[in-house]
Amino acid sequence: MGNCKTGVVMAEETITTDVVVIGAGPVGLFAVFELGLLDMKVHLIDILDRPGGQCAELYPEKPIYDIPGLPLVTGQDLTDRLMEQAAPFNPQFHFNEQVEEVEKQADGSWLVKTDGGLTFNAKVIVIAAGGGSFQPKRPPIPGIEDYEGKSVFYAVKKMENFRDKKVLISGGGDSALDWTINLQPITKSMALIHRRDGFRAAPASVNEMKKLTAEDKMKFHLGQVTKLHGANGQLEGVTILDNDKNEFQVEVDTLLPFFGLTMKLGPIANWGLNLHENLVPVDVEKFETSTPGIFAVGDINTYPGKLKLILSGFHEVALMAQQAFRYVHPDAKLTFQYTTSSTSLQKKLGVN
Amino acid sequence: MKIILVGVDGTEQRLDAIEGWRVMEIIRDHGFPIIAECGGACACGTCQVEVDPTWQAKLHEPREDELDMLDQNYANEWSRLSCQLIFTPELDGLRLRISEVALADAA
Repeated sequence: MGNCKTGVVMAEETITTDVVVIGAGPVGLFAVFELGLLDMKVHLIDILDRPGGQCAELYPEKPIYDIPGLPLVTGQDLTDRLMEQAAPFNPQFHFNEQVEEVEKQADGSWLVKTDGGLTFNAKVIVIAAGGGSFQPKRPPIPGIEDYEGKSVFYAVKKMENFRDKKVLISGGGDSALDWTINLQPITKSMALIHRRDGFRAAPASVNEMKKLTAEDKMKFHLGQVTKLHGANGQLEGVTILDNDKNEFQVEVDTLLPFFGLTMKLGPIANWGLNLHENLVPVDVEKFETSTPGIFAVGDINTYPGKLKLILSGFHEVALMAQQAFRYVHPDAKLTFQYTTSSTSLQKKLGVN
Repeated sequence: MKIILVGVDGTEQRLDAIEGWRVMEIIRDHGFPIIAECGGACACGTCQVEVDPTWQAKLHEPREDELDMLDQNYANEWSRLSCQLIFTPELDGLRLRISEVALADAA
């Protein structure tokens, strides 16, 4: 199984494939299997750093009870088993990449471009993007957009950027605690704000933060940021509402909110597809969108009677593959076969 | 049995409530904007509500995983995840509003 990351593949090189699947969640992974049985090669693109989508990101440990034949399976186990099932078809994964643009070519194929500079040429696009792409949660502080990328950041890419800054970190998880501890030595001042005196971070990190606070090397505030002060995107201070309802101002020039990830439709909205309430309408025979050659399967699609269940997505990809075959192999005859009895399918699966 | 859902403009809607259902499901099935992206697994925080202070004592304390999700969703002292509140007859008349954060998620 391949794992091409940005930088490994030359930016100028176009990756040619039968199908690009956008989203490597359970439905995207099973699409590899169904497409593979019909001799279609797949590249998958996902914004996360690993396969599984929501199953792996939101609830890896939670049991799922409604997967046919698996009375109880965790999100992570289901992901692992789908990876195993897809493996004979050698899917190529491109993680940490977001599809920005799709562009129809004169020959009817599609050019697919990611934010990391990858370009694909595919005969078919399958959108299996679930609730959309995972993005950092933006705290509901008025006007915060104006500061983003200038003095409000949702990730630490280079620690050096925060040297000699007056930093306030907001949140109570591992990211918040780890960056508080790691950035504290190089910042001019460091403060952490969290709404309660309980953390979902590693206890050792919490203890270290408390030690730094006790030594007066940083400050800890119980409460929430309610206002930002500054100009032209440069933060000069924030107003904090503490848990005793006192409002006060703190001088900071950098705010790092760490509130986990949320799902947004993202660039899909710009691809010229029909959309209905942030979902992609499809027909119920082929699960094709209003744009021929682009399919939508799983939680991202909508049709009369749609149920957002993983098992619905599995059904959808099986039917989608039938129509995708006609685009990828227009001159070939499609024969319906069972994996139990077809030696040709069994050969593809590597079991015969 | 009813849940009283207070709108942004203060208007009240009385929703038929069913014992054993998650409050999230009751709100969602009445067609109000609540995403509940993870389907009630206490994993996304998009079903956040603010429960009227007078009703707080009737609710069970949030478990650790609910507190964790509330942490990540700019909760206030009245906030709960409606997927973690199972409706019982004792909650007949429960008064709440969909939180601003959840409304923004659904917008």
